[in-house]
Amino acid sequence: MADPALIWSYLAQGPLLWLTTTLVAYVIGDALFRAAGRQSWANPVLIAVILLAVLLGATGTDYATYFEGAQFVHFMLGPATVCLALPLYDNLPRVRRALWPMLAGLFVGSGVAIVSALLIARGFGISGPVLASLAPKSTTAPVAIGIAERIGGQPTLTAALVLLTGIFGAVVVTPLLNALRVRDWRARGFAVGVAAHGIGTARAFQVNETAGAFSGIGMGLNAVLTAVIAPVVVGWLG
Amino acid sequence: MIAALSLILAFQLAGEILSRALDLPLPGPVVGLCLLVAACILRPALADRLRPTAQGLLAHLSLFFVPAGVGIVAHWPVLRDQGIGLAVAIMGSTVLAIAAGALAFQAVARWTGSVDPSALKGDKDG
Repeated sequence: MADPALIWSYLAQGPLLWLTTTLVAYVIGDALFRAAGRQSWANPVLIAVILLAVLLGATGTDYATYFEGAQFVHFMLGPATVCLALPLYDNLPRVRRALWPMLAGLFVGSGVAIVSALLIARGFGISGPVLASLAPKSTTAPVAIGIAERIGGQPTLTAALVLLTGIFGAVVVTPLLNALRVRDWRARGFAVGVAAHGIGTARAFQVNETAGAFSGIGMGLNAVLTAVIAPVVVGWLG
Repeated sequence: MIAALSLILAFQLAGEILSRALDLPLPGPVVGLCLLVAACILRPALADRLRPTAQGLLAHLSLFFVPAGVGIVAHWPVLRDQGIGLAVAIMGSTVLAIAAGALAFQAVARWTGSVDPSALKGDKDG
């Protein structure tokens, strides 16, 4: 039998090992998410990221080596973003009926998300690429990563900030909007989609079907709006 | 499925080319998204053709995010030095954005008379 160290050094060079590990980590994360009754804090992506980060640390593997394998999964973010066109297209009649309230919620929610995040971060002395990485954190991951690349942020830092924003938004939305006595499911869903993208949308679908549909629309529209306004706001506050 | 995937990639490719050629602020895949919505409006049959593949991809949207999320391992120094500021910024701005967005939507819905009674939350709902 061959030396395990030789097998390891062979596998560590190719993409197969880390591609497989990424998929397995996600399957474990998803299983734990289901076991926890789909609670927002048991986010499958967060679990997978923690598992993989621990594994990379334990095996002394750097991120560049890991990404050689994981890039095939990462690549699918682009086509998946294009696919967001379909739920948007399917909901066009609803978009037309609630056009003005949605535009108000979109511009206010999106603007407040970017400007308040950058102002608070600046108050803590954060600037430069870290500030630029924070700007698109309310948009869906593939778009946020694309925006961060465009405005001088660090895409991987943006990815982590997007994830944390989504989880926090999903946990806080129901108590927050109950306290504010917002009873319109469309408003509740739309606002969480704009502020907390797909993770917020998944949460909205758990609570109410109408809220979920509007959350998905909010996420899609904010992906487009943030791509337009984030560079302007970063240029202004950065 | 391969035909549908080719179409989706072709829209992404067209989006990338347009984004670079016209120096748009939108990332290529977002331009592709806009092009695909427009194409579906012009030819509704296209939406039906792409829907199964698109739904398949979107069902695993969170998986595609894992490799970038793992990139956090390259940012320990940033998180050590600026983690508290980033955490307060994320929590504060998310609360403000959800509240402001929902209140703005609700106010304008009342103002323009587009309130949908079937979409109101009952007192007993979660």
